[in-house]
Amino acid sequence: MRVLVTGASGFLGRAVAARISAAGHEVRTFQRRPSGVPGVEDVHGSITTPADTPYAGLAYAVSGMHAVVHLAAKVSLTGDPAAFEAVNVGGTRTVVQAAADAGVSRFVYVSSPSVAHAGRSIMGSDALPAAPGQARGDYARTKARAELLALAADAPEFSVVAVRPHLVWGPGDTQLIDRIVDRARHGRLPLLGHGAALIDTTYVDNAASAIHAALDAAERVHGQSYVITNGEPRPIAELLAGICGAANVPAPAWRVPASAARAAGSLIEAIWRARPGTDEPPMTRFLAEQLSTAHWFDQRRTRADLAWTPEVSLDEGFARLAAHYRPVA
Amino acid sequence: MRVGPRRLPVAISDPAALPPLGLPGLNPVWSRLIEVTESGSAGGVTHGWHLLDNGPELDALGVIPVGTILCVHGNPTWSYLWRTLLASATEAAASGAPAWRVIAVDQLDMGFSARTGRFRPLARRVQDLADLTDALELAGSVITLGHDWGGVVSLGWAVDHPELLAGVMLLNTAVHQPAGDPIPAPLRLALGRGILGPATIATPAFLATTLALAHPPLSAAVKRGYRAPYRTSARRGGIGGFVADIPVALAHESRAELDRIAEGVRSVTVPTLLLWGPRDPIFSDRYLDDLVERMPHARVHRFEGAGHMLAEDADYAAAALLWLGDAVVGVPLESSGPVSGAVSGSVSVSVEPSETAVSGNLAAWAAAGTHPLWHYLDELQASDDTALVDMQPAPRAVSWRLLSLRVRQIAAGLVHIGVKPGDRVSLLVPPSADLTAVLYACVRIGAIVVVADAGLGLAGLTRAVRGARPDFIIGAAPGLLAARALGWPGRKISVAGFPAPMARLIGVEHTLAELISLGQARLIAGDGLPPEPAPSDAAAVLFTSGSTGPAKGVVYTHGQLSAVSRALSLQYGVGVGTGLVAGFAPFALLGPALGARSVTPDMDVTAPKTLTASAVASAVAAIDATVVFLSPAALVNVIATADALTPADHAALAGVQRFLSAGAPISESLLAQAAALMPEATAHTPYGMTEGLLMADITLEGIRAAAASVAQSKAVQAVAHDGESVPANLTANPAAHLTAHSTAHSTAHPAGGVCVGGSTATTRIRISALDASGASVGDLSEEPDVTGEIVVSAPHVKDHYDRLWLTERGSRRGGVSGERWHRTGDVGHLDSAGRLWVEGRMPHVIVAADGVVTPVGPEQRIETLPDVSRAAFVGVGPLGTQQQVAVLETVPPARRAHRAPEALAAAVRSMVGTPVAAVLVVPSLPTDIRHNSKIDRSRLSRWATGILSGGRWVKP
Repeated sequence: MRVLVTGASGFLGRAVAARISAAGHEVRTFQRRPSGVPGVEDVHGSITTPADTPYAGLAYAVSGMHAVVHLAAKVSLTGDPAAFEAVNVGGTRTVVQAAADAGVSRFVYVSSPSVAHAGRSIMGSDALPAAPGQARGDYARTKARAELLALAADAPEFSVVAVRPHLVWGPGDTQLIDRIVDRARHGRLPLLGHGAALIDTTYVDNAASAIHAALDAAERVHGQSYVITNGEPRPIAELLAGICGAANVPAPAWRVPASAARAAGSLIEAIWRARPGTDEPPMTRFLAEQLSTAHWFDQRRTRADLAWTPEVSLDEGFARLAAHYRPVA
Repeated sequence: MRVGPRRLPVAISDPAALPPLGLPGLNPVWSRLIEVTESGSAGGVTHGWHLLDNGPELDALGVIPVGTILCVHGNPTWSYLWRTLLASATEAAASGAPAWRVIAVDQLDMGFSARTGRFRPLARRVQDLADLTDALELAGSVITLGHDWGGVVSLGWAVDHPELLAGVMLLNTAVHQPAGDPIPAPLRLALGRGILGPATIATPAFLATTLALAHPPLSAAVKRGYRAPYRTSARRGGIGGFVADIPVALAHESRAELDRIAEGVRSVTVPTLLLWGPRDPIFSDRYLDDLVERMPHARVHRFEGAGHMLAEDADYAAAALLWLGDAVVGVPLESSGPVSGAVSGSVSVSVEPSETAVSGNLAAWAAAGTHPLWHYLDELQASDDTALVDMQPAPRAVSWRLLSLRVRQIAAGLVHIGVKPGDRVSLLVPPSADLTAVLYACVRIGAIVVVADAGLGLAGLTRAVRGARPDFIIGAAPGLLAARALGWPGRKISVAGFPAPMARLIGVEHTLAELISLGQARLIAGDGLPPEPAPSDAAAVLFTSGSTGPAKGVVYTHGQLSAVSRALSLQYGVGVGTGLVAGFAPFALLGPALGARSVTPDMDVTAPKTLTASAVASAVAAIDATVVFLSPAALVNVIATADALTPADHAALAGVQRFLSAGAPISESLLAQAAALMPEATAHTPYGMTEGLLMADITLEGIRAAAASVAQSKAVQAVAHDGESVPANLTANPAAHLTAHSTAHSTAHPAGGVCVGGSTATTRIRISALDASGASVGDLSEEPDVTGEIVVSAPHVKDHYDRLWLTERGSRRGGVSGERWHRTGDVGHLDSAGRLWVEGRMPHVIVAADGVVTPVGPEQRIETLPDVSRAAFVGVGPLGTQQQVAVLETVPPARRAHRAPEALAAAVRSMVGTPVAAVLVVPSLPTDIRHNSKIDRSRLSRWATGILSGGRWVKP
């Protein structure tokens, strides 16, 4: 099978491209930078290229493909709402259209559980429909709209599946792990609330294998959304301790009440919006909610439909993370 | 005196109408209007009715109804009350179950039916309903269902239509107001001069009051639904009319009709179901008693915690459909078509409280291999040997001759004051010679003794005694004072004498001494005792501990109680001449039934922890006891006070051959310490419950052998595991342990559990395997190493739950006709040696995504950690995808609840073997009141759910 992976220079995108390539498929990638994945064909370009330059590199990238895995997105806690809209909604529309036009038969849209999350605890529920109206923040809102429009394109000759990996982490992750480790190293990582909220996460290899499984199962499960996790929820404090332990930095030792963190997050978010610059704020209301309420999911339908089980346990993941941080002798 | 319509404002006329759209739970397709001619009216006056009818839905499904449920609401509700039944019946029919057509009417002047402008007394209303069913051309099997005063109207229809009637169902209602008994206070108030009109019509107060009786409170949307037809005072005329029609006085115009219905009900022989909410300030349990007295064949279920608005408080619809399936459709389901004549009259009901109808008493006893409970009181009535010793206030021996005489005297005295066979007598007397004599006197004359443990707490005891509705209470001062203060029903008899003013204050009618002299006179006069009750007659109502929900009354027949004593005799060799120390209540009372010489040690029975080692030794010495029965709580204190034993005490204890710790699980070490005090004795601990008192038994040696087999099997497994490559992730499947057959030739099962030994001589123990959802659906099986619900059968298993038809039905397992199989609610497995291992309670089974996990095994493994004193293993999240959570008590105890430190959490995870999401530490785990040993895992699960969703740290 010939497969196009968009956004393959990102942490998860790289793992997905490598995984699918290793499975014997012919993989082409599409993004602005080199993917760095050996054995794949990189095509450089942007999914937000204006429509008057018909798809530019994208048209070439999708030509001759059997399947598309669409990961390219603006993943950030804050930023210009228009940029989220352009990349996540506009970009997805462009890629879906290009794929359909090119005669691609399988389309895996990589989404996020936050598309159906209204800020309350999630304890063991399955994937609910994406709800842009309730989603928290620009990222979740635009991802929700993008998932809906991708699934709306599902057709007998064009199988669309949405997968929503939750909190993907692993060695080499600059988005989540490096920031946690960096803050912890400088003693700036607080525990929100009492740290007992159960959070399920996804080790990167498991997210990649699940996306691969969704690609294989696309014709069988088209039109569906699936949350992807390790299926091993743990109290958030244990997760942070596990990550910090692996990186050999001190675990969070001080606490911030969850309600205070939420309020502070809202304030900081507002300041960051008014302030010029592109760095990430230290805390947002969305993040505060994510880290102080439970988030774990019913994985039975996911595992049965995709014929998939996670290969790397949480503890094995921590061990691999530790190996990654261990100074080379 | 006439009470009624004259004081009411003149009602208006208004045609019937359809309810507004959007009322929660009300499907608009059910609603229809029909114009009905009023019978007996000049010129054919017609009235418009609104009714709900799922007939068209059933037609659309293409199913033929097996019958019609005719539902009549009370005051001040409307057919909205029955919306759940309409929905459930249609849903059941759609899923292939027998189809029931449900017609729920709005009575005239009520709901969305016409306002007729005329006061409609009861007789008119009964006729109105008949006019409607004539107009509907209702045929075939009709089941009436009524609530509140709608119950009376529906019963009136039932009495008048025997040719159509196939069954009767009622929710809280009444057909009879005993002359002289006050009517319920809330109604007295509403009927008061100057109140009736304003309260019921001018303002919506009566409606609001009724709606406020729901437990838990109704949602605002549902309240709006109930209020929808009663928005203006003009539309509330019917509410006032109904209240005014309550026949409070003999001269009331509806009195005659009510009496006609109340008497007519006695001839109703069709299957009857009474569903009751006990928390009803208007239709209290006494009206239920009256209905049961008129329809003794009725099945009864009291929904503990529910009240007048039972239809909102409990799932009555599911209960009703279940019952209809059993009782009216009948066990053979071949005749699923419209069956009119076939189902009326005598219909077989699958759940009978007693299977054995007995004609010849003696033959029946002989066939069962048992004696009546009073057998030895007759046989040994001339013996001067000791039957009982009372240790308080000073040791006092009672001979068989005296005990037998007292029992006959008290029995005769009870007959004299009017105690009849089948009357219920609540015993609130501490274990003593008095209690023994009273108990045997009651059972001898066929009265049913009600025994509830003070360990239930006052609130639980009140619920229990009220629910058991005793006709008499025999008590010592504390019990009688509580009975008086808390308004427990029943005429009161005191075991002690009271000064007359005090007796009047407490409401004591007789003392035990009076009963004895009254009885003595009666015996001398040659009035013998009444005929002996039969083995199938009810003998006792024992209350469960309440550790698994509200305490339930468990009914035993004479035959079954005798079977309990036979089981004790077979298991522990207790018989004529045996000396028995009876420190455990249910068994203690059976000494005389076994012909044994028994003694109750000096202790406060409500606080078993007060029993000392010296007191046990004294009791043993007093009767040369060879058998000792104790509770685990008592045993703890006996061991703690062993230092005070004298050499003479030790010598006495050395004579004990058997001792028994009963009532709750006990640790091997505790049993061993007790055994050390009685060096010649075999230590036993039985497995059982109030519903089946002696199902299995194990000795201390047996416990040790079981532990050794576990250790051995662990070694075998360790070897097996060495050869396997351990997968990188934790996909070890806990379900595999539970469903797969053990491949290792070990006798212990990896699921773990507490070994409670082999079944007792007359007991059969089977396992109903759990499915992936945690339901015990498997066939009853003796296959080893299969985890499932423990199901038991024995001659000494309970007869039925008292007025808990639904619970009784749920506790039964089918089998061969005539066999009673009781679902224990415990989960466990049998091993290849036939021993039973208990793995927890059914509601505590964790249903994870990859299988079911029972709690006791993981708890045992966690408790091997040195830092852990006690553990609870619970599920969090939706069934089917639950996460496993360990909650610990630590050494030393924690000051407040917190998340376990990483090292402890890691240790717990390594012990458990299945994925543990979180490990929490608490100062102390919540346990039951009675035994302080059964951990309330359901409560812990709710607590952990709160904590693990980010909630505040509170106490569990």
